[in-house]
Amino acid sequence: MSGQSQRLTVVPTVTMLGVMKARLVGATRGHALLKKKSDALTVQFRQILKNIVSTKESMGDIMKNSSFALTEAKYVAGENIKHIVLENVNTASIKVRSKQENVAGVKLPKFEYFTEGETKNDLTGLARGGQQVQLCKAAYVKAIEVLVELASLQTSFLTLDEAIKTTNRRVNALENVVKPRLENTITYIKGELDELEREDFFRLKKIQGYKKREIERQMEAAKNFSDDQAAEKVSLKKGISLNSAQNFLSGGMGKDEDIIF
Amino acid sequence: MAGRAFIPTKSSALIAMIADEDTVTGFLLAGVGNVDLRRKTNYLIVDSKTTVKQIEDAFKEFTTKDDIAIVLISQYVANMIRFLVDSYNKPIPAILEIPSKDHPYDPTHDSVLSRVKYLFSAESVASGRR
Repeated sequence: MSGQSQRLTVVPTVTMLGVMKARLVGATRGHALLKKKSDALTVQFRQILKNIVSTKESMGDIMKNSSFALTEAKYVAGENIKHIVLENVNTASIKVRSKQENVAGVKLPKFEYFTEGETKNDLTGLARGGQQVQLCKAAYVKAIEVLVELASLQTSFLTLDEAIKTTNRRVNALENVVKPRLENTITYIKGELDELEREDFFRLKKIQGYKKREIERQMEAAKNFSDDQAAEKVSLKKGISLNSAQNFLSGGMGKDEDIIF
Repeated sequence: MAGRAFIPTKSSALIAMIADEDTVTGFLLAGVGNVDLRRKTNYLIVDSKTTVKQIEDAFKEFTTKDDIAIVLISQYVANMIRFLVDSYNKPIPAILEIPSKDHPYDPTHDSVLSRVKYLFSAESVASGRR
């Protein structure tokens, strides 16, 4: 069934040919559009890749800085600062808002952080090391900024990856399956129509031949008839029916079979 | 559609953490921590007494909660539950592996970064050929 699977099963008619041609045009246009989409996504994808690599690298430095700031704060304010911090947790003041960004019909998430409510831990390290604590806090807020950016990049990366795969699959399906199949169908219909036309032509020729022969025969008959009539007229003028003479002759011939000459 | 993940647009979401005590302390100081009505925290402090089961449960909980947009996880903790992290493929919440103080950051372990690096080098090779 390899030949059968390469084309659609349709009735080869002119209408179907029109439908198939329209579908081929549609498939070609869709293919071109999807190709463009895939290209646009790839451009975006490469940009994100570059950003991810640079942000990941900068993340290492920033995390190192913030860890160091925490160590400083711990050294100055004492080891028990972390218990104070852990006890003071109730509601988050730094939160994340997610937005959508549209790239060629693919929705990419975009995170951005915002501070909400009063900043807590204001009194942490009031006794000693308050400045270090505030510095440490600033360092970690900065780290969060980078991490949130990285998170949105990473999410976009995953989403785009998936979208590009899907788009490429569609492009390839259109290019390698749908379009050849439609083209094969169109060739098949055209071949079939040509065959029908040839058959028709042959039939017409044949009929024309018949008709020609028929006409010739009729012409012959008419000629004979007119000749006969002319002969009869002549014979009538002469007073003897040619027919009767003929009849007489032929009748005589018919009757006297046993006459031997 | 199979390939398209639903991305909710939220006005506010939380950042969850699974990390060692120092990292968590730093981020809590910045104001990331949240405790809900049932006294559930959005962070897990991993120390020597924390079992892998606890980490797994926390990871599963954070990735299924819909008010969490980003999960920060220390890389050495991520290595403990690598199979879970690698099998996770939803866009939201985003999993971010962060370096911790005692464990230097190793980019080869990062599930996303290894893929990025692979694609990046492949593409730079391709662009170099052109």
